[in-house]
Amino acid sequence: MAQHVAQPTATTPTLPAKLPLSAVVPWAAFFGILMLVLLYFVGAEQGATSLVSGAGVHEWVHDARHLLGFPCH
Amino acid sequence: MNSATVRNLLVRGMLAGLGAGLLALVVAYFLGEPGVDSAIGFEEAHAPAHEHEVELVSRSLQSTAGLATGVLVYGIAFGGIAALAFCFALGRVGRFSARATALLLSGAALLAVYVVPFLKYPANPPSVGDPDTIGKRTSLYFLMMVLSVLLAIAATILGKRLAPRLGTWYATVVALAAFAVVIGLAYAFLPVINEVPADFPATLLWRFRLSALAIQATLWGGLGLIFGELAERLLNPKPAAVPAAGVPAAN
Repeated sequence: MAQHVAQPTATTPTLPAKLPLSAVVPWAAFFGILMLVLLYFVGAEQGATSLVSGAGVHEWVHDARHLLGFPCH
Repeated sequence: MNSATVRNLLVRGMLAGLGAGLLALVVAYFLGEPGVDSAIGFEEAHAPAHEHEVELVSRSLQSTAGLATGVLVYGIAFGGIAALAFCFALGRVGRFSARATALLLSGAALLAVYVVPFLKYPANPPSVGDPDTIGKRTSLYFLMMVLSVLLAIAATILGKRLAPRLGTWYATVVALAAFAVVIGLAYAFLPVINEVPADFPATLLWRFRLSALAIQATLWGGLGLIFGELAERLLNPKPAAVPAAGVPAAN
């Protein structure tokens, strides 16, 4: 009995099931935007556009911005 | 249950992004920083008109804590995005295990997010780039990145649609060719940007761009491997608890 149950997992590699879109979309919408905001602060804030006044953010991530390929001053 | 799975994958993606970011940080510090320093040296020697105000953040902070902040936040953010993309791709792109899906996805992301935009608008060291065109350069760079990612998604969907008619091999070839043609058109029609000063050392520019590429390859390669491992263990736990403790010889 136990062997009968175990056999399929041993012989065929288990292919993962799809995650239903209804479960993925809410997370993707909220966290996707949050992640993009993070990327904006690393890649573009106080360059072409400025949400925070001054140049502190730009200067702090200056080297990362150059090395990660973002246009920088 | 499924929503919890997505949440768990997202957390793992961000952790994997942090790990991959640490690897990329090592590459950035040892391969990239010497180039940044040389380029700043060039800038100071060759552009006396560009007067320097009081520096807000010292070079030693920029090249360590500042660099780390940027690279790690970048890693975490793309780790999260990759995990969400993985949730969509899992079981939908083809007959791949969780681990293989993660590596395939991160390889595709390296190409679509970085390499394709980089070939048109490559990374530039300090002193390359006119401050007056930052707006134009930023919009073009992000346009290229968004275009490339959307086209990669479209190509994946096209490949899946064609697969029943053409078979997986030819469907993949056609989808990749379609991607290359449209990207080639974008390369041809988007404006060229060349703001390299005439006497900027060519080898320094080349080494800087190679190091930028190495950072991304490390980041995405690391992300694919680490996240793949974490996702595989979450979705396909080893049946260690299933056989009774008394039969170690059975397996």
